[in-house]
Amino acid sequence: MIYKVISKPEFKAFIDAIVRVNNAYGPCQVEIDAKGKPIYQFKPVKSADEISFDYTVTHSSAKHFFLPFRDELSSFTFTDGNWEQEVRYDAPPTILIGLRPCDINAINILDDVMLHGPYPSPYYLARRKNTFIIGMDHLPLPDCFCKSMNRHTVNHGFNLFCSDIGDRYYLSINSANAFSFLKEFKIEEPSYEDNCNLIERRKSIKNSFETNVEVTGLPVFLDIEFDSPIWQKWGDKCLSCGSCAMVCPTCYCYSVEEKFDIDLKGSSRQNHLYSCNLVDFAQVAGGHNFRPRNGDRLKYRYYHHYRGFAANDNQQICVGCNRCGRACLANINPKDVINDLRLERESCTTCVSTSPEKT
Amino acid sequence: MNHLGFKLDKVKVGSFDFTCCEGCQLQLANKESTLPEFLGLIDIRNFREISSERHDDYDIALVEGSITRSDEIERLKAIRAQAKVLVAFGTCACFGGVNSLKNRIPQEEAIREVYDGKKIETMPSMKISDIVEVDLSIPGCPVSKDEVERIMVGIVTRSAVSLPKYPVCVECKQKLNTCLFDLGEICLGPITRAGCDAVCPTGKTACLGCRGPAEDINFPSFEELVLDRKLSISDMKEKLGFYNGFGDYLDHES
Repeated sequence: MIYKVISKPEFKAFIDAIVRVNNAYGPCQVEIDAKGKPIYQFKPVKSADEISFDYTVTHSSAKHFFLPFRDELSSFTFTDGNWEQEVRYDAPPTILIGLRPCDINAINILDDVMLHGPYPSPYYLARRKNTFIIGMDHLPLPDCFCKSMNRHTVNHGFNLFCSDIGDRYYLSINSANAFSFLKEFKIEEPSYEDNCNLIERRKSIKNSFETNVEVTGLPVFLDIEFDSPIWQKWGDKCLSCGSCAMVCPTCYCYSVEEKFDIDLKGSSRQNHLYSCNLVDFAQVAGGHNFRPRNGDRLKYRYYHHYRGFAANDNQQICVGCNRCGRACLANINPKDVINDLRLERESCTTCVSTSPEKT
Repeated sequence: MNHLGFKLDKVKVGSFDFTCCEGCQLQLANKESTLPEFLGLIDIRNFREISSERHDDYDIALVEGSITRSDEIERLKAIRAQAKVLVAFGTCACFGGVNSLKNRIPQEEAIREVYDGKKIETMPSMKISDIVEVDLSIPGCPVSKDEVERIMVGIVTRSAVSLPKYPVCVECKQKLNTCLFDLGEICLGPITRAGCDAVCPTGKTACLGCRGPAEDINFPSFEELVLDRKLSISDMKEKLGFYNGFGDYLDHES
């Protein structure tokens, strides 16, 4: 890693130069909500002026740049008595600007799932390799809990990371490309004061978290609580609308569809992102549904996120961005569900007995 | 037609309209980019909007519109007797549609308002499954041609055909739209069947549920949402009643 500092106007000039000639996306204000708060999304940008550098958080994550909501896996052409398959890994070079540490950590988690398992995804790899990521730190929102998940800082998975230290950005340069782009601009060695400001900035971020979710020992806890009535209690609220999974930076579950061309001369196999909360996620051929109740479906989403599945080395995949909590129309959020679960067990005194004697 | 070594026949289709605007049928003749291929799949035997030829040897009947007159019942029963597969085509056929708004008031009053008291036969709007057995429903106001193409290909190739079971929110979120509830509006997206690609919320218009309820919806939670956001329950009911797709929930309510 190489460290430099850049003034904010010079940084903007740098961003402007790279977005003008590249396929670039950055945080843009798309709306003002009913409470007067701005809503941001990652949108295509052609100049630095379009980017809200001081944005809070995007409503949807950057996941779909790597795992599109709909993705063609292969196409087929039928010929007389035979067929041909074509697979394409097209991924135009893309620049993503303004990702938060939790967003970059989420991509690092997706790397583990998509690239480091027994069947690496070439579709994901192509996009990942062709995407240039510029991260930016921010002061947490009141409901951010990435610190609880230890995802509030990030050391890898980006090309360039910018920490806001007042009138300049402290740059962590993590790729040769980023360094050679920046050489054309006025960057300086960090001074003693810049280093102090960076430490202060990090301290200030760390101390600004208002939401804490107790996740230590959670995997075992979840195993014990498999039959807890808490799941149905929250499931009863769930609209099974899948919004949580769509905005989530790490929900990667999908379904595969085969689609015939209308002229019947070919077809296409498509992957589309799904959600374990959707009513037919666990429905199989013949119509049987393994998880017909919304409480069971909600539980599995929490198990995947906080207990981990074998496919992702049993690691917790939640990064604590609380996008699901903000998007949920039924007011379901990880903090409340997990606290409820812990409270139910930890306040239970009916079955407390002493540990067995050593024999 | 030859498909993967199997010989396929064109399916014989008849398209019929009852009380409706014929907009759904018009969709069949829409989407010019794939129209020749679409017409290559089907043999149109009866379809007054695109051909003056009339034959009664159709296998698949696309039935558009709701039922509001006694002669329509007879005609529908005759179509049912002929068709091997009867498709409720569009929101009016599936749920009664926007025509059902008149079911809320005495019929005499509706006649007075619309026809200035002229003597006219009409009865409360019914969905076609109130009269005959329906094999397949394709909801939508209007139907989505993409979906019609997909289903028609499924029928021709003898593959399973289905509609999405999940609600519109999935497609809306994929469009990166701002949730209309966050903008202070009631949207039926969380309880309405997807498949429209969230076309209304993408145009910043609340979903009015033209595709009817998604599978196994959580209506109490939806009502809770409207109350929680301090929005009006009567507005919610107005929207639920617009296409008559949520009758079961409204009745349950009162």
